Amino acid sequence: MQAFAALIDGLIYTRSRDLKIRLIADYLRITPDPDRGWALAALAGTLNIATVKSAAIRAMAEERFDPMLFRMSRDYVGDTAETVALMWPDNSGGDAAPTVSEVIDLLNSTSRARAPVVLAELMDRLDANGRYALLKLATGGMRVGISARLAKTAFGQAFGVSVDDVEEVWHALRPPYTELFAWGEGRTERPDPADSAFFRPFMLAHPLEDGSVHLDEFVAEWKWDGIRIQIASTGGETRLFSRGGDEVTGAFPEIAAAFNNIGVVDGELLVRGDVQGGEAASFNALQQRLGRKNVTAAMQAEYPVFVRLYDILFDGAEDLRGQPWTARRDRLELFTANLDPVRFDLSAVIEARDFEHLAEIRAAAREAAIEGVMLKRRDSPYLAGRKVGLWYKWKREPLVADCVMMYAQRGSGKRSSYYSDYTFGCWTEDGNLLPVGKAYSGFSDDELKWLDRFVRNNTVARFGPVREVEKSLVLEVAFDAVHESKRHKSGVAMRFPRISRLRMDKPAEEADTISALRAMFD
Amino acid sequence: MHAVYIAPATTHILIKKRTADISRTAAQHWIEPHAHGIYVKPADMWIDPSRPAERALVTHGHADHARSGHGAVWATPETLAIMALRYGTEMGTPVHYGEGFEHGGVKISFHPAGHVLGSAQILLEHAGERVVVTGDYKRRFDPTCTPFEPVACDALITEATFGLPVFTHPPIEDEIAKLLSAREANVDGCIIVGAYALGKAQRVIAELRRAGYDAPIYIHGAMQKMCELYAAHNVPLGELIMATGLAKAELKGAIVIAPPSAMNDRWAQRLPEPITAMASGWMRVRQRARQRNVELPLVISDHADWNELTDTLLELRPSETWITHGRTDALGRWCELHQLKARALDLVGREDEDEG
Repeated sequence: MQAFAALIDGLIYTRSRDLKIRLIADYLRITPDPDRGWALAALAGTLNIATVKSAAIRAMAEERFDPMLFRMSRDYVGDTAETVALMWPDNSGGDAAPTVSEVIDLLNSTSRARAPVVLAELMDRLDANGRYALLKLATGGMRVGISARLAKTAFGQAFGVSVDDVEEVWHALRPPYTELFAWGEGRTERPDPADSAFFRPFMLAHPLEDGSVHLDEFVAEWKWDGIRIQIASTGGETRLFSRGGDEVTGAFPEIAAAFNNIGVVDGELLVRGDVQGGEAASFNALQQRLGRKNVTAAMQAEYPVFVRLYDILFDGAEDLRGQPWTARRDRLELFTANLDPVRFDLSAVIEARDFEHLAEIRAAAREAAIEGVMLKRRDSPYLAGRKVGLWYKWKREPLVADCVMMYAQRGSGKRSSYYSDYTFGCWTEDGNLLPVGKAYSGFSDDELKWLDRFVRNNTVARFGPVREVEKSLVLEVAFDAVHESKRHKSGVAMRFPRISRLRMDKPAEEADTISALRAMFD
Repeated sequence: MHAVYIAPATTHILIKKRTADISRTAAQHWIEPHAHGIYVKPADMWIDPSRPAERALVTHGHADHARSGHGAVWATPETLAIMALRYGTEMGTPVHYGEGFEHGGVKISFHPAGHVLGSAQILLEHAGERVVVTGDYKRRFDPTCTPFEPVACDALITEATFGLPVFTHPPIEDEIAKLLSAREANVDGCIIVGAYALGKAQRVIAELRRAGYDAPIYIHGAMQKMCELYAAHNVPLGELIMATGLAKAELKGAIVIAPPSAMNDRWAQRLPEPITAMASGWMRVRQRARQRNVELPLVISDHADWNELTDTLLELRPSETWITHGRTDALGRWCELHQLKARALDLVGREDEDEG
């Protein structure tokens, strides 16, 4: 457990992707089976200990710590598992630390009711770093910036095998992956992929910035604002993957169930129709589902999801990735025709005379689900990663308004010690400020420090974690769209607001009015 | 149903009555907490005022406690030396540990706080009451300053910088060992350790020496004078070399100590493949370390941790506690749970020097 805890901490403090891969690879090489396999599963997100849920950890904390002190500590640390690990009294003195497999065996063989007791006994045998690693291991979600793809890449590097080969056999195997290590170390043949659906890396785009392209060479499509997703099906099984190669089939079972074709396609997961609370609410709902291993029928009914298809990588077993976009597009249109139109449609190509015309179309498009325009070379093959000159994303210009900061709240995670979430308002006709939105991004680290200090020095009232501030600071807020909202007192809601500039030069009374925002409605 | 009623440890009644109780205590009549400092009324003196005052009692040399521009200053000789170094010509009246004087009917004496060189607690005696202002303090061993001495009192005015139960500082020997083994694993590069220029830097250097590390230690120019001041006050730091202007090759395998503000700027870019370390109590929390791009967090603090804060309260058992700065809410809550009367002051301008 100590080596695993050291690996987790190493990954937390290391920023470089290459160094992270090296840390994992070193660990996988020197750690014995089955510990390393459990660790690999934990990093790749395939470890699921059914007896421990995060509620069990909260319960364990509530039983031992004063609830107010725990809440204050949790607010400061920004992470429940770490808070418990740090507050836990150090009893590790004489006892031997458990191994990773001992932890897994003990937790897997207990009941949900007994799990907190077993977990507490394990906590007593570890130091603070070990306790943190234990809680992360037990609940899944390591939060160390590792995608499934990166973990597999590290495995490939550790044993000198190709990551695509790892990918191909991965879903046929189960933790602790002893067959995978046996193959990696050259002791056995590669395990049989057994007709499993697996992930292929996405093709990504560069921002267009201020450049332009010729539409004879490039085709334009809408860039939809949902979640990029890959669907791979062998007929026998269908899997969904997110951009990092993490499997998300369990989060969107209705999509997997409806996919009745063999092949691999690339698309955008979206919510159909008008959803209460607007598009932002539906996007948040998608994001929340993404992190789940299972979803309820109610969640599926509330936000009906579908996939808008962009590209096809495999048609049946035929690899189309080497073919030009135009050829793949033809195949995609045929492929999509056989799919259930409730769950799948085709991302339309934008018909524009020339680039200037396209710019006009893009500027006029204010539909909330459109993030901008994609430009793809007509002859581009489907290549892994971001390749220069083939695909561009051309995001829509944001709208801006000058708003006044009203409230601030501490962030979570790595920003838990800063007041980094700001509620801002605009003026009514009779000179009152009403909140119009909340933003927690768009500023630099230095600006964050400045804002944090501003909040601390200009607090006029506190409501739990929220501070009300002197209404004196003007924030220029950028947002994708603004629309009518019955849920807000101001009657307006912004989509994706973020701070674009701090207007320290501007007096608060010169900030924008709510009627100015209404004039920007779609 | 037959049940035994056990009074909850939390005392909501006490919380409500707290304000009323405090108003009846004598200390309230002659000591006034203000946002910018603690005012000792009969003596017409301020303790660690954050704006210029006619008469100031200064607990220690950190900039958030020792400001420039006061009329008259009373502080330990070491603190006065530090203030003179930082602000130029300022003079003051030295008060040695254990010694005191009387002013306006208040007996004032200074006692070691164990925070940094010259740091003091201030004991105020008036109208039959003893009030101790801790300033910043710690209870751990520190080779660079005189250890904290508990002073019996009726009211304790304490800090709470690390006043959350998640803050327990590990033994410094473990952290120094981490630093030394990282250096050994990275002999082709160097380790840059962010440490506040007054106190933390000298303590890290002295602890490295205590651990047997006798190679030269490289320092940022901003800490040279303070290190010299420490050495002149009988705190041996061994051979120190200014890192500024040295070629990369000369710094291979070196430990370089720099103020946190220099860590991410151009100065640090001249170092050979540096590993970024930071010596601070905040490093206990992972995301705090990540925020600052720290690769090697060293949990080394000159403040009392949660256990030291609470143990000190249990040891002194003051009849009331005022909490000046830091996590006043959490330490106040702990006092409630332990039937100790407490009050949060939330003084402004107490920047945490670890934030550098």
